[in-house]
Amino acid sequence: MIEIDAITKRYDDNTVVDNVSMVIEPRTVTVIVGTSGSGKTTLLRMINRLVEPTSGVIKLDGEDNRAIPGHELRRRIGYAIQGHGLFPHRTVAQNIATVPTLLGWEKSRIDAKVDELLTLFQLDPKTFGPRYPHELSGGQQQRVGVARALAAEPNVLLMDEPYGALDPIIRAKAQEDLLAIQKHFGTTIVLVTHDMNEAFHLADKIAVMDKGRVLQYGPPEELVRAPETPFVETLIGDTERPFRLLAIAKAGAAAEPGEAEGEPIREDKTQQEALADLLWTGRSALPVVSASGAPMGRVTLDALLKRATRPSGSAR
Amino acid sequence: MKAWLPTILRGLLFVVLVAFLLSPTTFEPVLKPLVDTNAPAIYNQGSLLDLTLQHLSTVFIATLVAIVVAILLAILVTRPFGAEFLPLSRSLVNIGQTFPPVAVLALAVPAVGFGEKPTLIALFLYGLLPIFENTLTALTNLPRSVMEAARGSGMTNFQRLMKVELPLSLPIIVAGIRLSVTIGLATATIGSTVAARTLGEVIIAGLQSNNLAFILQGGLIVGALAVLIYDGLSAVEKMLTRRLGIA
Repeated sequence: MIEIDAITKRYDDNTVVDNVSMVIEPRTVTVIVGTSGSGKTTLLRMINRLVEPTSGVIKLDGEDNRAIPGHELRRRIGYAIQGHGLFPHRTVAQNIATVPTLLGWEKSRIDAKVDELLTLFQLDPKTFGPRYPHELSGGQQQRVGVARALAAEPNVLLMDEPYGALDPIIRAKAQEDLLAIQKHFGTTIVLVTHDMNEAFHLADKIAVMDKGRVLQYGPPEELVRAPETPFVETLIGDTERPFRLLAIAKAGAAAEPGEAEGEPIREDKTQQEALADLLWTGRSALPVVSASGAPMGRVTLDALLKRATRPSGSAR
Repeated sequence: MKAWLPTILRGLLFVVLVAFLLSPTTFEPVLKPLVDTNAPAIYNQGSLLDLTLQHLSTVFIATLVAIVVAILLAILVTRPFGAEFLPLSRSLVNIGQTFPPVAVLALAVPAVGFGEKPTLIALFLYGLLPIFENTLTALTNLPRSVMEAARGSGMTNFQRLMKVELPLSLPIIVAGIRLSVTIGLATATIGSTVAARTLGEVIIAGLQSNNLAFILQGGLIVGALAVLIYDGLSAVEKMLTRRLGIA
């Protein structure tokens, strides 16, 4: 758990982060969104003390993050950045081993961890371990960057626009991988981005920042249904609202008893994907199946349209 | 075929140089036409091999000290606590470079006497600037994302310096060393005017006795050494750069 309590960062007269308080639950993905200059990166960097706050306290699992020296704190917290920042003079294996080496792990344990992570990120340890970063593609470099951040099994992983430099197809794949890895290790992830699609895709909770303040902090659905300020509403986008609602709910949740013709959709796909499928194939209903292929009923066009409608009682 | 030509030429140059140093008399017929009939064509006031080794060791020692001092200085002024010394150290090293070598020698002789010492001082001062400048450039232009990652992964300041900053700066530092050595090889010949034992002796002896062969052999040995060492260090630099993948 990360407790951020009244954190402020000022450079001379310029307040970059202004009295921010929020609690980040363990084993969740929290995405901080905002325009550039909103203070989101500074807020993130205060968690591992790459930036020292002017005032306020950040606690990790109840312990003040200033209780130990900054470099020791950072060895316990994973950190992945845009443009991966791999050490060009070290091999992929040596890059991943960075923090375990600093912590003085035994060689056999480090080697095992490097192999495990490379395998997890679908990179063959024998092929990729001895390579240098410049011999990898952009997507591979990015995966190695995240693997390096996870090498010392941190409870918390901080990510600063990790996918900013990737093309859309590789980015989508990287996001899927991240969610799978988050489930695998149960890591608490705090991710900074300015891409709302990315935020809605990854987040358990989203914090919207503007001019150093957190305007709204809550589950994605809440942001769509009840944006607290016009800025949040703008950020989500008028034309995007119904689709965002469908994008954060699973097809299984919209399933109702009944039969339908044609190609089925898996229950763990989003309702947005179900809608796209319906529209594209010109059907009015399609069957839903579980991950193992067992029939779970159907999703109808009508049901999806209802779910995308502005909820009654919402402000705007 | 063309790509191999420079390498073959260098190899040939090296072989000729070594052969000449080991057995200068073999080359007497080649140099004989350049001198009067009864004058010696090969330097006869000492072993050319000895002088060459002396020359090299003088340059080596001076450059080594210059490397250590210049790199330490550059590290110092790029740390937060040393930043205010940056302009001062830059101008100090620049002054060392604006002094003509002869002036340094002339000033050093009263202080430390004749012999090798004034030459070492002059070579040291001359070697500082290129290494210092290059180290400084390298340390202040490291990729930001890499430095950020180094901090973020929990390296201490010293670990960052040793594990990331210096290894990444190495190719550019080697380029500075290469320049220093080349300047040093040439400047060392002047050291003979204050009685240091270098290849300058051969050239000066030739000038005094109007012996073209002496001047030529002294000059050519220094020239060949400079070319070979310059190329050798260029190769090291290229190898390092390629390993970093920034070529």
